[in-house]
Amino acid sequence: MHAPRLADQRRHEVIRQCLSVGVATGAYGISFGALSVAAGLNLWQTIALSALLFSGASQFAVVGIVAAGGAGAAAVATSSLLGMRNGLYGLQMSRLLGVRGLRRVPAAQLTIDESTAVAIAQPEPSAQRLGFWGTGLAVYVLWNLTTILGAVVGNALGDPKRFGLDAAAPAAFCALLWPRLKAGEARAVAAVAAVIAVIVAPHAPAGIPVLVAALAAIVAGLLPPRGTRKRDVLGNPSTPSDDEAPP
Amino acid sequence: MTLWTTVLLASGLAFALKFLGYVVPHRVLDGVVVSRVTAMLPVALLSALVAVQTFTSSGGGLTVDARAAGLAVAVTALLLRAPFLVVVILAAATAATLRDLGWG
Repeated sequence: MHAPRLADQRRHEVIRQCLSVGVATGAYGISFGALSVAAGLNLWQTIALSALLFSGASQFAVVGIVAAGGAGAAAVATSSLLGMRNGLYGLQMSRLLGVRGLRRVPAAQLTIDESTAVAIAQPEPSAQRLGFWGTGLAVYVLWNLTTILGAVVGNALGDPKRFGLDAAAPAAFCALLWPRLKAGEARAVAAVAAVIAVIVAPHAPAGIPVLVAALAAIVAGLLPPRGTRKRDVLGNPSTPSDDEAPP
Repeated sequence: MTLWTTVLLASGLAFALKFLGYVVPHRVLDGVVVSRVTAMLPVALLSALVAVQTFTSSGGGLTVDARAAGLAVAVTALLLRAPFLVVVILAAATAATLRDLGWG
């Protein structure tokens, strides 16, 4: 590793974040496994979805559409639409991780909401890498184990909701977001993204609201920063003599 | 399309989408505008995840239940500078307790 070593205290801090997000998210593999078998997929097909597709919203969409008697093409299309945001995360993670060659394969496979969220919440590059790999691996291992458990024993273990695990994940993301809200512009982006996600949620399958909210951040980023001049059509900053010209 | 075809096709496309992000050359992403976008993205992503995971029901509709109470406790804990793990455990315990009492 060419990145500077993390102090022990920071390393433990990041690992605790990885594991709490891993447990809170991984527990839902039980629900997925049970639902998948109930939808008519066999044990191996259920295991294949968690091991190969590995993206919660897409997996629930596939088994949901199969359960409703939908066409395979519809299941594949919905799953892929939901998976588009992972491509967006990959764009960003490829810069933070600095992975090359074959290591891009496991990195890509572990690129999901949770691993990206924990990674980008860290200020320093070595913690970003630890956050990504730690969370990605924790979720991957737990999600696949609990998928098998859910498929074999169904919901006999009890609903993860009973232990409040469905409140643990948003609380963890909120704690990761917290230090980033110091700037007024960041607070505005956070508020707009939350409102957009909540407005879109009732009208779109899971995963789409976050994608739409992320697109809002891209639009905000494309707008010129407050207090600076617009660029001309060629993308060059306008010269002082252009300042008085109408847009 | 057989079930196996559906499973493997969906998995293959999911991986292709993830991998695409890693093979786009970095210089395509250089520049002031892109660095502003990448600074905004985490904030929007985290905030949207919090909102969706707290306020949507499994059917997709909006709802206020024990999770919202858990989030309120988490925000209070953050204002009091509680450490990460304490924030997460307090939120889960709040939601679990409220459900035991029959709410949310």
